[in-house]
Parts: sequence; C-alpha cells; structure tokens
Amino acid sequence: METWAVASICVLLGLTARWTVSLNSYSGASKAPMFGDYEAQRHWQEVTFNLPVRQWYFNTTDNDLKYWGLDYPPLTAFHSLLCAHIANLINPDWIELHKSRGYESPAHKFFMRATVIFADVLIYIPAVVVYCLYLAQGSSKTKSSALLCILLYPGLILIDNGHFQYNSVSLGLALWGVLGLGCGHDLLGSLAFTLALSYKQMELYHALPFFWYLLGKCGKLGLTGKGLILLVKISLTVLVSFALCWLPFLFDPQQTLQVIHRLFPMARGLFEDKVANVWCSLNILVKIKTLLSVDTQIYLSFGTTLLAVLPSSIKLLMKPTFWQFRLALMNSSLAFFLFSFQVHEKSILLLMSVILSAPPFVLLSMLPLLLKDNLFQPYIITSLGFIVFSLYLFSAVDRSSVDDLRLGPCCRLTGTNFLWFSFSTVVKLQFALSVLTMAGLSFMSAALEPPAKLPDLFPVLVSACACVHFLGFLLYFNLVQLTESPRSDKKKIN
Amino acid sequence: MAAPRDGTLSWFLALTLGVSLIKFLLIKAYHSTDFEVHRNWLAITHSLPVSKWYFEETSEWTLDYPPFFAWFEYGLSHIAKYFDEEMLVVQNLTYASPATILFQRLSVIFTDLVFVYAVKECCKCVQGGKRPRDILGSPSFVLAVLLLWNFGLLIVDHIHFQYNGFLFGVFLLSVARHFQGRHLEGAFLFAVLLNLKHIYLYIAPAYGIYLLRSFCLIQDNSDGSLKWRNFSFIRLAALGIIVCSVFALSFGPFLALDQLPQVLSRLFPFKRGLCHAYWAPNFWALYNAADKALSVLGIKLKLLDVAKLPKASMTGGLVQEFQHSVLPSVSPLITLICTLISVSPALFSIWHRPCGARGFLRCCVICALGSFLFGWHVHEKAILMAILPLSILAVESKDDAGVFLILATTGHLSLFPLLFTTPEFPIKILLMLLFTLYSFTSLKRLFRPECCLINTVESVYLSGLIPLEIFCELIYPLTSWQQTFPFIPLLLTSVYCAFGIIYSFFRLYGILLRGPRYTTKRKSH
Repeated sequence: METWAVASICVLLGLTARWTVSLNSYSGASKAPMFGDYEAQRHWQEVTFNLPVRQWYFNTTDNDLKYWGLDYPPLTAFHSLLCAHIANLINPDWIELHKSRGYESPAHKFFMRATVIFADVLIYIPAVVVYCLYLAQGSSKTKSSALLCILLYPGLILIDNGHFQYNSVSLGLALWGVLGLGCGHDLLGSLAFTLALSYKQMELYHALPFFWYLLGKCGKLGLTGKGLILLVKISLTVLVSFALCWLPFLFDPQQTLQVIHRLFPMARGLFEDKVANVWCSLNILVKIKTLLSVDTQIYLSFGTTLLAVLPSSIKLLMKPTFWQFRLALMNSSLAFFLFSFQVHEKSILLLMSVILSAPPFVLLSMLPLLLKDNLFQPYIITSLGFIVFSLYLFSAVDRSSVDDLRLGPCCRLTGTNFLWFSFSTVVKLQFALSVLTMAGLSFMSAALEPPAKLPDLFPVLVSACACVHFLGFLLYFNLVQLTESPRSDKKKIN
Repeated sequence: MAAPRDGTLSWFLALTLGVSLIKFLLIKAYHSTDFEVHRNWLAITHSLPVSKWYFEETSEWTLDYPPFFAWFEYGLSHIAKYFDEEMLVVQNLTYASPATILFQRLSVIFTDLVFVYAVKECCKCVQGGKRPRDILGSPSFVLAVLLLWNFGLLIVDHIHFQYNGFLFGVFLLSVARHFQGRHLEGAFLFAVLLNLKHIYLYIAPAYGIYLLRSFCLIQDNSDGSLKWRNFSFIRLAALGIIVCSVFALSFGPFLALDQLPQVLSRLFPFKRGLCHAYWAPNFWALYNAADKALSVLGIKLKLLDVAKLPKASMTGGLVQEFQHSVLPSVSPLITLICTLISVSPALFSIWHRPCGARGFLRCCVICALGSFLFGWHVHEKAILMAILPLSILAVESKDDAGVFLILATTGHLSLFPLLFTTPEFPIKILLMLLFTLYSFTSLKRLFRPECCLINTVESVYLSGLIPLEIFCELIYPLTSWQQTFPFIPLLLTSVYCAFGIIYSFFRLYGILLRGPRYTTKRKSH
C-alpha cells in the first residue's frame, strides 16, 4: 500500500487510541477543593482571560497563586488565553473569574479533551510523521511500524489524554527542533526548540545537547569563517524568539524575576511525591531531604547533574553528528531526570519520545499517578498493546546481539569478551524480567493494600525499581555514545 | 515488519489483538437502551423459571429472541453473579453499576471469539492465486481486516451494545463450512443461528434452495440441467433430521408448556410500525419521504385538507401503526410480498444455474438486502447482514469489490445516527475514516492491474456523504430548526443512503445474472 495510506492509517489509529482514553476520568475529577491538573488548566484559562498580563504570575486578590498558580513559561499562558477565548464563545461560565472554580460538566470535559487532541494533531503528530518517514532509516515497513509504535506510546496518551496535560505541545516542538537539526535547517530547528523551552521549562533537559551540537557544528565549520556566521545567525534567532515569547515580561525586571521564581520553585526541596530518580530512592536509606539545607540540596543536585551530563556533552562537542546528537539527548534527559531538582513523574516522558527504546519501566513509574486518576484500565490496555505490538513489529527480543546493541566498540576497547555467556540471552532475560516486574508491581499496586506501617510501599517500590533501571540505561547509553568509532555512521532507529 | 515465523497465524493474531484492545478501550463509551434490554434478559433467565420467560413484563424490554438466545443469556447470568448480583434482580430496571457495565462489555468481547474463529475459517477459503510475496496484499489478510475491523460491527456491538459479533460468527462459520463442502455442519449451524436470532429467516430461502439444488441433487446432466433421478433422499433426510432436532430442542420445552403462541407473538410483533423511529435507509424510507413531500405539496396547492390528514407521526418516539396521507398505506402482508418478489429471481437463478458456494453466498446477500429494502420494521443495523458476507465475495471479484465499497460506505454512514452523543462523535468519525480508507486502498491494490473499482458517478455520490454528514451533525444542530424539526437530519441521511443501497442491490443482481468475473480461474463445487 502507498506510504501515505499506511501513514494515515497509523495516525487514525493513534487518534482513536487518544479519543478512547479521553473517555475516561481526568486528574482530580470531583475531588474538591483542590481537584487536579485538569482544574489547573481550566484555572489558567480563567486567569489569563480575565486578568491583565502583569498580574498573571503575581499573587493578587484576584489571583491566588496557592490555588494552581501559573508555573509554566509564557507560551503556556498564551495557549491558555487562546483556549479561553474559544471557551468564552461556547460558554462563558467555564472561565468566569472566581465563580468557575471546580467547574465540571460533560460539555466542558469534551471541550478540554478536544483542545489536547487539537494540539496533538497540529504539532506533535505531524512531527512524528515527518520524523519517521523522512529521518528514520529502514524499509518503508520499518518506518511505518516505528510510526505506529510512537503514536501508540501509552505514556504520552495516558498523561495528556487521560490525566490531562499538554505535553504533546512541548514535545512536539522539541521534536520539530530535532527534525530541523537533522535536515540541516539549523535556524528553524533552533527556533522550534526555543518555542518548546518557552512552553515548558522541563525542555531544559534537552537544552544542553542542542547547545553543544550547534556549537560543535559551528566549530567544525571554522570559528573565523562560516562557523562564526552560523553562530551569529543561530544566536540571533534564539534571542529574538525568546524575546518575542517573553515580551510582556521583559519590560519590568520584577516581572521577569517573578516568572523565573514561579518556574523554578527552589524552596520546595529536592523532590516531591514519589519519583523514580536518585534522590527519592536515596531518601529511603538516608533522609537527605531533612538532613541537608535547601541550599546544599540545590548545589548537590546541580553538581551531580552537570557531572552526569559532562562526558556526553564533551563527546558531542568534539563530534557533532546527528547520531551523537540523538544519543546525547537521551543521556542528557536521563541525567537530568535522575539527578536534578524538583523532578516530577511526568518528566519521564521527556526521556522516551525522541528515541524509541521504551522499556516497560517508564510506563510502570507513572502507575501511582494513574491509579490516583482511575486510569488503571486504560493503563493496562495501552501498555499491553504497546508492548505486544512493538515486540511483534520489531521482534525486539531478537535484535539483541552485540552488534545490534552497538556495544561492539565498547567490547573491543575494554577487551572484554562477552561471548562466554550468550549476550542475547542476558538481554532477553533482562527484558522478560522487566516486563514481569512491571506486571507484578502493577497488579500489587492496584489490587493489594499496603501494610499499615508502610502506606507508601508500592509507589516507593515502583520508583526505586524504575530508578535502578534508568541508572542502567544511563550507563548503557553513555557507553554507546562514548565508544562510537569514527567509521561507523550507520544510523538506526530502535 | 519482521517476517512472521509462523506465516499465517501471527498476523491474524496481531489483527485480533489490535481490534480487541480497541474494544477494551471502548468499555467506558456510551451504551444504548439495548444494554438494559440484555441486563433485563439476564435477570429474567436467571431469576425466573423457564415457564415465565416469555410472559415476564415488568420491563418494557420483553424477551423477543428465540429460546437458544435465552439459554445463552442464562449461561452468561451464571458468570454475571460473580460481578454484581444486583443486575440479576428483575425489578432493578436500568441498573448499570460499573461492575455490570464491565461484565456486559466483557461478555461481548469474549463471545466475539466465535466471530474471530469464523473469520479465520473464511480466510482459509479465500484464494488469491499464487502465494503472494507480500502478506499485506493477500486476499486473506484483506478479508481478515474487513471482517475483524468492520466499522459497523465495532460500533453496534461495542458502543451501542449488542451481540452481533457472536451471531455473525455462527453465520460466517456456517458459510465457511459450505465453502469447505461440509454441508451438514453448515446446515446445523444455520439451524442453531435461526434459533438464536430469527432475523436470519430472511436468508433461509437461499439456504433452502442451495441445499436442495447443490447438496441433495448429487449430479447434474452434462448441460448443467436437473437430473431428478440423482436426488438423494438420504441427504434430504439427514438435513431434515438435523434441522428438526435443533428446532425441537429449542421450542420443545415451550411446546410442552403450551406456550408456543405466546413465544411466536413475542418473536413476531407486527403491532410495531412500518418503520423504526429512525427510518432504516430502505425503500419504505423513500416511500415515506415521497408521501410526506406529496402531502406538504398537496396542502400548499390546496388539493388536500389539513384536517382530514392522519395525525400520527411516523417519526414519533413510540413505535405505533400509522397511516400514510397521500400514497396507499402499507401492511405487513404487502411488505412480505414485495420482499418475496425482490428475492425470487435470485433464488430462481441459483436453482437453474448453480454457481457453487459463491453463488449461494451472493444469493444470501441479495436475500438479506431484499428483505432490508422491503421488510417490515427493519432496523438499520440489519444492513450488516449484507455487508459482512459481501466482504468475502469482494476480495475475490472486482465487480463485487466495487459494489462492496458503495454498500459498505453508505451502510456504515447510515449507522451514524445510532451514536448521537458528543464524546462518541470523534470516535465514530475516526473509525469510519479508518475502515473506509483501508477498504478503498486495499481493494484497489488487490485488483491493481484493472482500473478503478468505482466509476465517476459513484464516486460523486460517495463524496456527497461528507457534506451530508457535516450538515446533519455540525451545521443543522446550530440552527433554530433543530428544535422544531429534529428529525430532518435523520430523514436526509436515510433518504440519501437509501439510494446507494438500492443501487447496490441492482448491481448485485446484475452480477448474479451475468455471472461474476474472478481474478483467478477456479472450479465451483
């Protein structure tokens, strides 16, 4: 069948999955007085529509920051404003100042769900289609299979269309950034990524690779000639687009500072809730959150994050190829997720959207959040579908030879001989183990009651297991990136 | 995709799993009053003795399917009690706890396994010439998708709520057995099917004529004409025993209880009107529309007196008998005669010029369509009885493929009014687009060397479905007429689709009488 037909069918399947998950409950449904992320988004529409721009990020009588105050960059606020205007045309009650708190109705739910899907269709899905069809390698069947798997990725569907968020906008924009860089359109790529960063500050996880890659590329072109011109052009693009997005907040330094203060809430401590990163897992053994002062915590996480990201960044700067760039994205986001400050469970999504090697643990780590939202049923169905289909379409378990896993150079360098035990068996075992653990922990989290002394047992177990896995992946991807030999330029999509 | 190790089985499993996952995701979707109908039947069969099943009237949704289906519900009710016992109390009208919904939805998904098995058997019967290099291009794969992912079946069974998957599974299995030459099994399955849902009586004539002609008459003369001396009474007796014993098992208990008239009156409620509240897109929809148009015209031209016209509305919520204003009224007997007239040429044709199992299947489709077009109180869901068997013919013959595209697209669109809730609107659009896109591209690819399957006029008609849908679902509700004339979109959809379905009917007749053109040569058995 023609590629456009297959791609359309994949997109339609992805959209069907999204709409059917949208039928379920959302974050904080009927849970007065605070509700959840759904109410947060509605509240931002209310705030941005009814209040002047200078009040959006400030605590005023009309804008109570303790009730879901804006804590994303300006582009999110403008997006909310746009949605609010449409909401106003349909039913002004939805965004009436103060009175619409906790507003819930089937029509409103349909409207909100529709805004997410609309953003998906406009930004994220085209980026994925272009990425799979034009940047990925392999036969048309491999490309279509990759397209289908990425579009059916449960994590994004469950968070965006279930729990309720707009991650697809920032991820889509970041992906357009990657696409731009991959096709050689550095300026457009930088512009797209700047927009992504202005939408959600979590895209900082991906910022360093972009920076080092572009800098390295300019360096390779010659820092006195073409390289300098490119560097200037990129810097101008980035600065102008930032300025345009942040324009209303740049006139008054107090405004700028307040926005930054809202985006990076340093006072909140190293982590909140149970998240699959190193600090949360370390906290089980050593109560670092209470032992160290907030300032020490900030320095500690800053330091370790930079350290974790250092090897991959240096390698990328020295060898700015697209494949290195993708590996660096992976490593950078893993490092940030594991070591940085105030990480949220949903940040995990940033790890798996660009390169698809989604281990089951990514999904598992979101389970506690989804259980709270009554999204267990769709979680099981979409995860099952995703795992089965990626296994079927890619025979992932078969591609576990040393070569496929790109560990060849690493083996040669370290002189280790992996052949005395069958490497592929180890990988298959590991994969099977992770799926089993995921199934087991999912079942326990949903069906069993934790013991009274340890009420958070299951979320903590889930986070700790996931953290160990992510550390393993950090090691693996760093090894692959660092030991890539100069000859091999073979790109592959996983 | 990775080369399937097993060959045939892995892609079939993947397709089944894929559609099943979508069915699971639809558990939370809207369900119609049919949900309560089946819950009520679970309650009746579980809580009451057999003697009261066809007399129970607490709920308005009385048992009106044949006894085997009642026993089926009885079997389900024993599993239901582990989910929520309250659903089995007859007095709990419109009881719909989350456990009830989960159980009912799961029961549809699991009984669909019968359908999956039947599709697998049908795929085995479909040939594609040489073994194709590309699995995606083989007729079996295309047929599997067209059947397993059929849009109509998905939304009627898994959103609206019915057990058609299970019933069509039995039907398609019976067809597959006839294709495989296992006629006694096929006859047995059809007899069972009749006792599960008596709407399949519409295709019974096709079965009867085919079995008499091709099974009981063992050998034909060299010129293909009848050779009465070769009539096998043994085979006829075997068929007779099978059918009679099935019916005896089904109706026997009620005959013994002297309840047969009551059961029959429940099964054939002719007090209901000519048309359902939403007109199925059949001939009578056009007839009603013409009648309305003429009466409006008549009033405008002062030829008719408004006071003398009957007041009953054909589109009222409760289904009652009514009169036509200008054109003569239609009684159940007239519809029966029209149906028989419409299907007789087809029956005649397979008697005089049997074309094997495929001719029989085509006759089934024509019988289903004929009774859809001219029957009494037809539900629009009955169009599936024509669309699903036609899929089998569509992957083998170019002409059938063309008719299938028109019938399936039009028929599926006519099902849209069944799902009128807002959250389900995008889902039905997406699934319809999926199925339509796939059916057009895959069938075109199957018959690639030949040019288009549908001609310009047909494509224009089909394209007209899009503006029709946009008008009915998006534009009309925003106008003021939505309050005063809420049935206009339904009327428009019915009338427009009726044209497409009637056209398909005549095209199918043309193919039957002319003789189909297959992609590969085969001898018919």
